[in-house]
Amino acid sequence: MNQTLPLKSWIQHQANRFAPALFFIGLVVLWELICQLGNVPNYILPSPSAIITAFFDVEFSRWMTHLWATLRVALMGFVLSICIALPLSIGMMRSELMNRILYPALIVIQSTPVVAVAPLIIVLLGTDDPSRVLITCLITFFPLVVSTTTGMLETPPEMIELSQSLRAPRYRETWQIRIPYAIPHIFSGLRVSITLAIIGAVVAEFVAAEEGLGYFIQFSTSFFKIPQAFAGLIFLSIISLLLFKSVQWIQVWLFPWSLPKKK
Amino acid sequence: MDKVSENASGENKKAAYVSMKGVGHKYDPSPDTPMVVQDIDLDIHRHEFVAVVGPSGCGKSTLLRMVAGLLIPSHGDVSVFNLPVTEPRDDVGIVFQKANLLPWLTVRKNVLFPLKHKYGSYSASDEKRANELLEMAGLTQFADKMPDELSGGMQQRVGIIRALLLNPDILLMDEPFSALDALTREQIGFDLLDIWKEHPKTVLFITHSITEAVLLSDRILVMSKRPGTVLDLIDVDLPRPRSQKTINSTRFAELTDLIRGYIYEPNTPA
Repeated sequence: MNQTLPLKSWIQHQANRFAPALFFIGLVVLWELICQLGNVPNYILPSPSAIITAFFDVEFSRWMTHLWATLRVALMGFVLSICIALPLSIGMMRSELMNRILYPALIVIQSTPVVAVAPLIIVLLGTDDPSRVLITCLITFFPLVVSTTTGMLETPPEMIELSQSLRAPRYRETWQIRIPYAIPHIFSGLRVSITLAIIGAVVAEFVAAEEGLGYFIQFSTSFFKIPQAFAGLIFLSIISLLLFKSVQWIQVWLFPWSLPKKK
Repeated sequence: MDKVSENASGENKKAAYVSMKGVGHKYDPSPDTPMVVQDIDLDIHRHEFVAVVGPSGCGKSTLLRMVAGLLIPSHGDVSVFNLPVTEPRDDVGIVFQKANLLPWLTVRKNVLFPLKHKYGSYSASDEKRANELLEMAGLTQFADKMPDELSGGMQQRVGIIRALLLNPDILLMDEPFSALDALTREQIGFDLLDIWKEHPKTVLFITHSITEAVLLSDRILVMSKRPGTVLDLIDVDLPRPRSQKTINSTRFAELTDLIRGYIYEPNTPA
């Protein structure tokens, strides 16, 4: 009896630890069963096994071409949006006037559905990378501006007083106090933005593209290759998840102090 | 020439004092706005330790910010060395409530932060001075740790030696020990007195602890509740060095009782 207790608690512990994975596996198994037993046709809902087969039916180099096209646009848009958001946030934090002028403009841009603007951007900038990067940038930069500005404005007044008591120049107050203080906020903005970057790139591909995972999904669907479309979709989700995780890893690696405290 | 010793010489050598004459402040000039503090007269002699006690919200911290040059009073004059305070001075160090350390810098870099922030860089000799300060505070082995790895008491020690880095003549302390537990609080108080004896400074010490004020200071300014005015200026005639024995003396009890009488008015529920 004494030995079964630790064993039981060990099983409970492991079950608890792998609960998310078990739930996910259970879901996939259920999906497979429904498709198999219910004789659901592939063009309505392909089974997981059909999706995996479809994935390996497509040449690896073709996957890489599409992946690179999407990743390239997403990352360029993401980086561009960081380059725009950071100076903009600093400007809005430092100047009340700039804040009053820019904030409404940002709200207008944010509340305009990018999907609706995308065709116009294509007309304006052509069907190459620049228009796709701009679409991605439009979708990603708002959360970054908001989180960065919020973080900098939330800097405790005592830290600002420390800076003032030293009569330090304002740019050092910004760089040595406000920006480091905003790092946790900036990273939560970056995590939102990186997933939006993938969405932006896919939206752009839906409108005009000859390659990319978004294009691949659309193309497969229009030829009723539904398992292949699903394979593309799942591949895209995995990439998006990896990018999200990469942002977290970068934070852990470069700014370990900025992570929420464990109890 | 290194920045620290440059700061220590010069005008600081002259007989110095902090002076407040008819100081009052309101945040808004309109007549309806109440005063935060009012009619404050206070002269602090050079290297004197003055504590300010009063109920919360009485404007003790406002007083400190005026001496620091972070806040210019709407009424009256604040001067240091006979010069009106119009902006923060180089010879003033501030110790904040709750340490106010920067969580992204190591302990050593936090101590060196005033130089890094004011001048953009620091020299090897500055770093040596930081190490000496860390040793004085018994923090040498924690120099490369991050602030959140330290206890509250240790964090506030870092806050104190950071304020000492530029070797200020005036040390302003804004309820520095209020976040600490009673035992740590007493110990760090005695340590502060040791530091003050070794490196004499003019200290303005804001606190809401009556015993702490009596234990540490030469004189105590007792303030009324808002708008804060001077109720009394009490000479603490307890011998130095102060120790655990001081707390048990009759004079200590008399002084704390006297101040308590001012703060807890009769028939007023707390």
